[in-house]
Amino acid sequence: MKYLCLVYSNEQLLHSLPESPKDAECQAYAGQVAQSGRMLAAEALQGVATATTVRMRAGQVLLSDGPFAETKEQLAGFYLIEARDLNEALHLAAGIPAARVGCVEVRPVRQLVV
Amino acid sequence: MPMLQPATVLTRHIEQLYQQHSRQVLATLIRLLGDFDRAEDALQEAFSAALVQWPLTGVPASPVPWLISTGRFKAIDKLRQQQRFVSDGETVLAQIASDEADDSFVLQMDQQQWPDDYLRLVFTCCHPALSMEAQLALTLREVCGLTTEQIARAFLQTPSTIAQRIVRAKQKIKAAAIPYQVPPPQQLAPRLQAVHKVIYLLFNEGYSMPGNQSVSDDGMLQADLAQQAIDLAKQLLALHFDTESCGLLALLLLQHARRQARFTAHGELILLPEQQRQLWDQVLISEGIRHVETALASGRIGPYAIQAAIAAVHSESTDSASTDWPQIHALYQLLHRLEPTPVVALNQLVAFSMCHGPAAALLQLPPLLADENLAQYHLLFAVAADFHRQLGQNSEALIFYRQALLLATNPADQQFLQQRLLELSAP
Repeated sequence: MKYLCLVYSNEQLLHSLPESPKDAECQAYAGQVAQSGRMLAAEALQGVATATTVRMRAGQVLLSDGPFAETKEQLAGFYLIEARDLNEALHLAAGIPAARVGCVEVRPVRQLVV
Repeated sequence: MPMLQPATVLTRHIEQLYQQHSRQVLATLIRLLGDFDRAEDALQEAFSAALVQWPLTGVPASPVPWLISTGRFKAIDKLRQQQRFVSDGETVLAQIASDEADDSFVLQMDQQQWPDDYLRLVFTCCHPALSMEAQLALTLREVCGLTTEQIARAFLQTPSTIAQRIVRAKQKIKAAAIPYQVPPPQQLAPRLQAVHKVIYLLFNEGYSMPGNQSVSDDGMLQADLAQQAIDLAKQLLALHFDTESCGLLALLLLQHARRQARFTAHGELILLPEQQRQLWDQVLISEGIRHVETALASGRIGPYAIQAAIAAVHSESTDSASTDWPQIHALYQLLHRLEPTPVVALNQLVAFSMCHGPAAALLQLPPLLADENLAQYHLLFAVAADFHRQLGQNSEALIFYRQALLLATNPADQQFLQQRLLELSAP
């Protein structure tokens, strides 16, 4: 099963709390997951100030500055993992250092029906 | 040679088997078939087959393996028929029918897994990835075998709401791949806590209603949630010893022992000090105390065992005055160290007042009144009112009782508070 682990946190606080993870720790955990053979992809993201939202409406591209929704917590990064089941996925998600200051939404990947 | 039995005796025998073993059959079928709905269909098919075949062939020597095996074959048959219409039918069929060739051998080996199958079912229904509402409904449906209608009645919801809750929970189990397994040792403690919580909530759901409501207005049998919770706690403990499972069962038994004394004939709540203790069920009390002792002797003591010990102290006293309040206060102190919640602190203060009087207790009340977690908790204000009432400070007591009444949601609680208000307002 593939799961996408979406890491959310309040951007203002992500790097400024006592328990905030340093980049080196995040890098190390990603390396650990990769070594276990369960990692498909993982990246940290630039802040939402750099986001651009794209919509197609009536054949026209509509662009707007910022993320599509104003929320208290923003998407800060993601892991795409391969896990045996939800328990294994949750275990991996709990180890993501940013989970200490934000939260991780774990979503099973849907197979497209074609 | 199987014994042939008259039809009515046989039907009753099959009904009994259903009551005692259908959850076991279901639990194993879910593992073998890898799907809740498929297993439920197979369970019904297996019992239907028994009703048709056993009058002719007699009851098999081992009826439970027969039911599991028959259910599995029926499911495989059905999948074969549907294979062409179901996208993943072929794969599923290959998985579940692979060991068909030597079915009796497989089932024999399987019997060793039965207790684990039941636990797998419990842990899956009480998986923290499901909402608490879904966990409660799913546990009652799958583990306790209640109908959707019975569950709806117990939670004062419509059957369609409950049915939808169960369907969604099963969809999540499937789509998110919640595994059908007993958690590995390193994850067992938190997962057991989740199961305990479900059992305790079920019990409270049943316990907060006045008793003797086993038959509702339209004559339908009402599920006794408190009893279901006790049965579940017993099963859990029998399959896997754990101090807190033991403490939880003890707590439920000791609370349940008081059920006849907790409400008046009109459904009004009677508090512990005013309960007629001769109505307490001594059989349940001694059973409960036995489990408290086992839990305490096991060394690693947890919140349920401590609460059970508190209930045991009450059970051993003939009235409120002769209760060993210093011991109860010490137990609450211990509980507060493990669970530093304001509700525990409030209970500790009540025990303190029983040891040192309401005036001394009132001095410790301000921090609790300032705690925003308790701001909506009617019992805090009822306790404050009661301290003032005992000291003859009626006007202060009235203010707090009114505050408590504003916050109380349970009709029995409201009635009790109104009664107190009446008594104090009387000239």
